[in-house]
Amino acid sequence: MVLMQPSGDIAVQQRNLIVVSTVLMLLIIIPVMFLTVLFAWRYRRSNTDAHYDPDWHHSTRLEVAIWSAPLCIIIALGAITWLSTHTLDPYRPVSRLDGTHAVPAGVKPLTVEVVALDWKWLFFYPDQGIATVNELAAPVNVPIEFRITSATVMNSFFVPALAGQIYAMAGMETKLHAVINKEGEYNGFSANYSGAGFSHMNFKFHGLTQDGFDQWVQKAKSQGGKLGRNEYLQLEKPSEAEPVHYYNSVDPQLYSAILNMCAQPGKMCMSEMNQIDANGGAGKESEANKAKLQYDGHRAQEGVEEPGATFPASGRPPNTNVQPEGMKPDALSPKVNGQGPKPGESQGQEHDMPGMDPNMPGMKPSSPAPNQLNQQD
Amino acid sequence: MTTKTDLTAPGTVPVFFVEEEHGHAEGSTMLGFWIYLMSDCLIFAVLFATYAVLGHSYAAGPSGKDLFELPTVAINTSMLLLSSITYGFAMLAMDKERQGQMLFWLVITGLFGLAFVGLELTEFASLIREGATPQRSAFLSSFFTLVGTHGLHVSVGIIWLVTLMVQVMKHGLIPENRRRLLCLSMFWHFLDVIWIGVFSFVYLMGVLV
Amino acid sequence: MLNSDLLKFIFGRLTIEAIPYHEPILIVTFVGVAIGGLALLGAITYFRLWNYLWTEWFTSVDHKKIGIMYVILAIVMLIRGFSDAIMMRAQQAIAFGSNNGYLPPHHYDQVFTAHGVIMIFFMAMPLVTGLMNFVVPLQIGARDVSFPFLNNFSFWMTVGGAVIVMMSLFVGEYARTGWLAYPPLSEAAYSPGVGVDYYIWGLQIAGVGTTLSGINLIATIVKMRAPGMTMMKMPVFCWTSLCTNVLIVAAFPVLTAVLALLTLDRYVGTNFFTNDLGGNPMMYINLIWIWGHPEVYILVLPAFGIFSEVVSTFCGKRLFGYASMVYATIVITILSYLVWLHHFFTMGSGASVNSFFGITTMIISIPTGAKMFNWLFTMYRGRIRFEVPMLWTIGFMFTFVIGGMTGVLLAVPPADFVLHNSLFLIAHFHNVIIGGVVFGLFAGINYWFPKAFGFRLDPFWGKMSFWFWLVGFYFAFMPLYVLGLMGVTRRLNHFDDPSLQIWFIIAAFGAFLIALGIASFIVQIAVSIRNREKLRDFTGDPWDGRTLEWSTASPPPDYNYAFTPVIHDHDAFADMKKRGYKRPLEGYRPIHMPRNTGAGVILAAFSVIFGFSMIWYIWWLAALSFAAILIGAIVHTFNYKRDFYIPAEDVVQAENARTTLLAGGV
Repeated sequence: MVLMQPSGDIAVQQRNLIVVSTVLMLLIIIPVMFLTVLFAWRYRRSNTDAHYDPDWHHSTRLEVAIWSAPLCIIIALGAITWLSTHTLDPYRPVSRLDGTHAVPAGVKPLTVEVVALDWKWLFFYPDQGIATVNELAAPVNVPIEFRITSATVMNSFFVPALAGQIYAMAGMETKLHAVINKEGEYNGFSANYSGAGFSHMNFKFHGLTQDGFDQWVQKAKSQGGKLGRNEYLQLEKPSEAEPVHYYNSVDPQLYSAILNMCAQPGKMCMSEMNQIDANGGAGKESEANKAKLQYDGHRAQEGVEEPGATFPASGRPPNTNVQPEGMKPDALSPKVNGQGPKPGESQGQEHDMPGMDPNMPGMKPSSPAPNQLNQQD
Repeated sequence: MTTKTDLTAPGTVPVFFVEEEHGHAEGSTMLGFWIYLMSDCLIFAVLFATYAVLGHSYAAGPSGKDLFELPTVAINTSMLLLSSITYGFAMLAMDKERQGQMLFWLVITGLFGLAFVGLELTEFASLIREGATPQRSAFLSSFFTLVGTHGLHVSVGIIWLVTLMVQVMKHGLIPENRRRLLCLSMFWHFLDVIWIGVFSFVYLMGVLV
Repeated sequence: MLNSDLLKFIFGRLTIEAIPYHEPILIVTFVGVAIGGLALLGAITYFRLWNYLWTEWFTSVDHKKIGIMYVILAIVMLIRGFSDAIMMRAQQAIAFGSNNGYLPPHHYDQVFTAHGVIMIFFMAMPLVTGLMNFVVPLQIGARDVSFPFLNNFSFWMTVGGAVIVMMSLFVGEYARTGWLAYPPLSEAAYSPGVGVDYYIWGLQIAGVGTTLSGINLIATIVKMRAPGMTMMKMPVFCWTSLCTNVLIVAAFPVLTAVLALLTLDRYVGTNFFTNDLGGNPMMYINLIWIWGHPEVYILVLPAFGIFSEVVSTFCGKRLFGYASMVYATIVITILSYLVWLHHFFTMGSGASVNSFFGITTMIISIPTGAKMFNWLFTMYRGRIRFEVPMLWTIGFMFTFVIGGMTGVLLAVPPADFVLHNSLFLIAHFHNVIIGGVVFGLFAGINYWFPKAFGFRLDPFWGKMSFWFWLVGFYFAFMPLYVLGLMGVTRRLNHFDDPSLQIWFIIAAFGAFLIALGIASFIVQIAVSIRNREKLRDFTGDPWDGRTLEWSTASPPPDYNYAFTPVIHDHDAFADMKKRGYKRPLEGYRPIHMPRNTGAGVILAAFSVIFGFSMIWYIWWLAALSFAAILIGAIVHTFNYKRDFYIPAEDVVQAENARTTLLAGGV
């Protein structure tokens, strides 16, 4: 039970809170359960020894007791809630490494920028100059600062052994501060349903020694490829169970561009838009801005089908395993129907899958297609 | 309710039933309609809240200051306020059992309502011509939806008004029709109140603040 | 081949591709439903029941019949919703490692969405509304509800919504978004198919019915109480019904509005909840939970009312702490609007906002706890008869406190950060919805069934049903608490870690036990109908009841009470029995009653056509059916003949028949 034996200090404090709250509540729950069974047994009809008083229906003293008993528990719990919510606020930098060690002065936290994509995680390490897909690592006993966004629908970034989760939302940045105390390999995933590939949106989080972390960064640097805007736009296309891969030369503005939904060339960034809006908009002659700001549905414009789209949006029948193959805007058009894939015909075409660019670093042309697409095998 | 005094008098045999019919159905309609209006009010509350959240998200496009023309809106507002007054006249005529006079005021009310809806549609058309469509920005989406929902209510009110006029002409001022006219009266004044909110919150604050 | 433009005009985006003929599960289901449906229709035709059904039931404005029809709808939808549940349990029990299970994500994601929507909107809501409809007018001594036609219309709109949802099974697909359809996933850009449109129109059509029935029941309770029944002399079930309907009227418009905004986003291209052009998906999540949290109390408050009635009846004792019960209900009603944010602590609101909503949530547990103690002390010094409704009640008291405890735990924001969206959460809300609402509704069905039909439900199969449900519940959901603590999140259709599998297998076994519970319930009804003469109750008061509904015949006559009752106590009938009430035997008068009408069925049918054509972009049909709704509603207002009198002779006949029965039966 990872939540009961976590390895990061924030998660440990959250575990303690769960235990304390539960014990506090059991103070009242257990007597109630006991009394339920006791009264049900004792006052059964066949037990004529029990006192029967059909008109007894009020007792001020008892009424005061039954309102104030839960009230006392809730006052205690409320106080704990107020304090713990503030100390464990994910936006607040961690103040201690674990129960006994404060954060040493002058320690710079490790910054990780997290992007939720359809259906994989992209992690930027701005200070190390690397980026990874579906693999996260951090040295033990070093505070980590996550900045989290999404390039698609809402997801939730969650590593149970490390700390609680926080939503990843497009055009917005959420933050999470945490620290890992034990070396090891932990599970991370999206905890908010985000579409067809959601079940495989997992990654491993490695808690490493400082040396181990440095080696891991070196490995990423030596094995990785380039991550510029074009590579990102390829990566961003929907794919499932994406294998781990690394990038060693990363466009430093890329995370900020993703956050501001302007990674595509020619788009206006959210920050710029907000600036204009704060100054009262751009007036009537601003029609051109609309196209620059359109983001949702951009894949359709590029001729890529939306994740999970089936009939009637794509012409593919619903409830099948047939994989997407590029947008088919008009199901009734004979041209499209002529080309339309039929169930079972998709075997040879896996490499055309969006997001499965064979030239992409870390992906050999022979690499297996995502798990569930291989079902017919 | 004649037996009410008997119910609690000490020493008497309790009364467990009354023979006369005990119905409150008439009063129920006004209460029920009032509750309906409150639920409708909540729909507007959601739309107002939406506008409050999104009202400044211009998406680098036009703002209320660029788009709204207060003089037109002022005329529009006066149309609706006047229609409320004329509906009041119609109700006064109904109380005096003057059916013809009442119908006359209802016609005037309907015409004011039509003028209101017409002006609103003209305003929408000119906005859309200028490129300020509901799809342009979240601000415009919430603007069109809030104002448009109100306009839709007024249109439904006009259809209802015409229906009621026909029914009054057919059956006269029978209790059912009076009750319906009172419901529509509540509806009409309710829309007036909502419009005052729209006018001050959307138009005045959009242009002046 | 016809011109494709013409085809597109006629059928919108509906083509033969929309029929999932390549999906064996759906085809088998369809064939099953089709054969069953045809057999049913054939039987109705063979026994010449159409006229009877139409005149006596479909067009009926009698609150008792409408209540019964609501309950039938709910039971049918329970079976559909439960099929979804057992499919999910089976998928999760087998989909480990290289085994992908038998449901691809496209199908699985629809199944969990449909399960949630159906269980809340088309199982729990109609069951609650049905019981309130049946019981409330009887308990307050009224002839019917305030607006009998509206009641019939509300019911058929609820059916209309259910029909739309069921259609998605065989024509097109359902939403793949989760039961609250969070944007941006539910936006046209990310869910371009018809699924979300089915979701929207099904809920909107049913929502009209729910809101109107809420208004109707509030007006009924406020205006139609029998003389002497002050607010503080209302039975507790009436109080909880009143509060529930206030919640309905104050919450459902928010749902209607927020779904309308989503509709505009999808159909018109507005930017309310989009990522781009200034839209704000977080607003949808706030708004939908401003409806969604009160919804939880809409479901559970009537269940609390049922337990109050059942406990006091089967303990043979006045309810302990009536006044504090009422105040607790009111406090819950008000507080339920101040807690919605606890559904998304993880969105990143500040610590102060999060703790405010966490603490308000915990405060709700105080009145709930007080209620629990009130039931407990009603049992104290009682004389408890363990009839089936009482078993459900004790099962509830034992089970619900666990759900309450985990609920308060989830209200602590830092704890919620690790438990949110996990199977712990799933276990929690099934703990309160099954342990609270479903147990309550089964208690209510068993309790009031003899009132509705004049014979009791078979106790043996009732007890079977209870024990299967109770044990099944613990088997199905305790493993999910454990899995939640193991960090397993919801809505997954495949797992990599084989060590989790055993827990899912236990949960699937629990679901199987619950299936036996549902089957026992159906057997219980069948057996009871077969043995109805043995289970017959002539007195109208099979349980030694305490509230007014037990003073009239079972089933009650159309007019409920020949004379308007006068109330002196909140246990009105117990009071009458104690103080020597004698049933009046003469002086009957004609009784003023509402007349049946088919307008509700017709308007709801047009609404279904409208919804369907909007879903498939068949604009001409949408326009036509919308016009038909409008014209139908206007035409209906031209019908002034809405009432009639039951002649005094008929009343005499019915009441004399009862006198004979009482003399012979007692």
